Amino acid sequence: MPYIPHTTEQTGEMLETLGLDNLRDLFSGIKEDLRPKSFDLPPTMSEMRVVQQVENLSQKNNTKICSFLGGGFYDHYIPAAVTDVISRSEFYTAYTPYQPEASQGTLQAIFEYQTAVCRLLDMQYSNASLYDGGTAIYEAAMMAVRSTKRKKILISEGINPIYRRILDSYTTNLHLELKTIPQKQGQTDIDALEAALDEDVAALVVQTPNFFGCISDFSHLFAKARKYKIVNIISVNPLLQSVLKTAGEMGADIAVAEGQSLGLPLNFGGPYLGIITCNGKLVRQMPGRVAGKTKDSEGNTGYVLTIQAREQHIRRQKATSNICSNQALCALQSLAHISLLGPEGLRLTAETCLENARYAAKRLVEIPGIELLNNEPFGHEFAVCLPVNAYEIVDKLTEQGYIPGFPIGGYYPGMENCLLVACTEKRSKQEIGMLAEMMRGAL
Amino acid sequence: MIPEELKYTKSHEWIKIDGEQAAMGITHFAQEQLGDITFIDLPEKGQQIAVGDEIGSVESVKAASEIYAPLNGEIAEVNENLEEEPEKLNEDPYGAGWIAKIKFTELPADLMDAEAYSKLVSEEAH
Repeated sequence: MPYIPHTTEQTGEMLETLGLDNLRDLFSGIKEDLRPKSFDLPPTMSEMRVVQQVENLSQKNNTKICSFLGGGFYDHYIPAAVTDVISRSEFYTAYTPYQPEASQGTLQAIFEYQTAVCRLLDMQYSNASLYDGGTAIYEAAMMAVRSTKRKKILISEGINPIYRRILDSYTTNLHLELKTIPQKQGQTDIDALEAALDEDVAALVVQTPNFFGCISDFSHLFAKARKYKIVNIISVNPLLQSVLKTAGEMGADIAVAEGQSLGLPLNFGGPYLGIITCNGKLVRQMPGRVAGKTKDSEGNTGYVLTIQAREQHIRRQKATSNICSNQALCALQSLAHISLLGPEGLRLTAETCLENARYAAKRLVEIPGIELLNNEPFGHEFAVCLPVNAYEIVDKLTEQGYIPGFPIGGYYPGMENCLLVACTEKRSKQEIGMLAEMMRGAL
Repeated sequence: MIPEELKYTKSHEWIKIDGEQAAMGITHFAQEQLGDITFIDLPEKGQQIAVGDEIGSVESVKAASEIYAPLNGEIAEVNENLEEEPEKLNEDPYGAGWIAKIKFTELPADLMDAEAYSKLVSEEAH
């Protein structure tokens, strides 16, 4: 099918056959007052002028900046080989694998992605991926609501505020009770979470490291929740799962993550990767696609989409979700990244991030006026309290080519002086030293 | 494959009355239409049911179908073997493939006998 617009002649012929005068008549079924009065489009431009205009806009981007931003999305190094693998046209242009006989490559890649992610998080089943870490939390919560038939969800305020906003938006008209348990000075309040457990709760949702970087072990809390038959949902950082206690080890029922840290560029906000995994019977509640490995009629190994009865095209109103897609290319990119780094490489990367963060924390608290928000163990990011509004420091340092971190106050009222500082393996000792000196100078 | 002694619903469930209880399942026609059954979502023991309620569902490789309560009453027993061996629903829908036993009060008026159900099946089979 060529992507060539109709000629005026062709359009005329079609209108004549239809007995219509002009294209507007095709929309006669839409009431006059519902049609747009104008589309408010600027005059057309030649290709040359369009390119110039877009290039001017792109000059406003700054990608040469040294960034200590985090908050769920991190500046990691992506090996060139990863981009090379996913740029292959077989992968880059492949469409949805609903016809297994024509999609074995895609299906095998999805199956391997699912396997890799299960091993990383120590969970039994994964799906073919969702849009991002935030919607993954929403889908996990809905799995719990469906399987327990309860309506209350306990949410730790330490969970990424963007993810919590997504959960709010998606569940707005579902008549669910979302109960947020406040964080305590950046720490996840496990005692308060435990106190809120009861038989009306469908799911307990927590995150480690939390938005402030604090690491928690939820094994004990999950064991308590299990007594009430509550579904334990945990959101993790997938890279750090290579060195921290895993979701599976803690006894999570559903583990979700944002896969951006595994080989996806920041790309000004996306596309990202929603990882969702679960244990046991919950697999029947999982949304989206699931690839499976099987044998064909001749006994050869083959890959298919399986347990499709959960999906819309099999049972429209009873589908586990409205999602009928996955982030296939992003999942493949993550798979390529995980495979190239391997367990050793992932671990080394994670350890380097942790070391850099500790070095940065040490250098920053040496500066008079700066202290850590709390003394809890942290992952590769941590929160500091400044003697001034965090935005002031961010503005000053950004002009000098360094983004010192993320001002927390916008999402957590009362913390306007707090800054979230993330360190990946890309941040060198020199850069961290420069950051410290610039902060000292700015205060 | 429509046993004479059973009663049938329009949604292809069968019941076998045994005093104050009745066993229920899905018919041969239903399992044939579904194909290889891979999973059954069973009702719960003790559940109160009314005629027409969705009390569970059956999933095959190509479809999913609701199971509707054929009677008013209470689920007295559930065939948990079907969790491990859903294929019994295909192999022996009237025997080992029984789904639940219901303690019921009265029989609904519109249950079909074998002859009426047989007519329904030949109409639907087109």
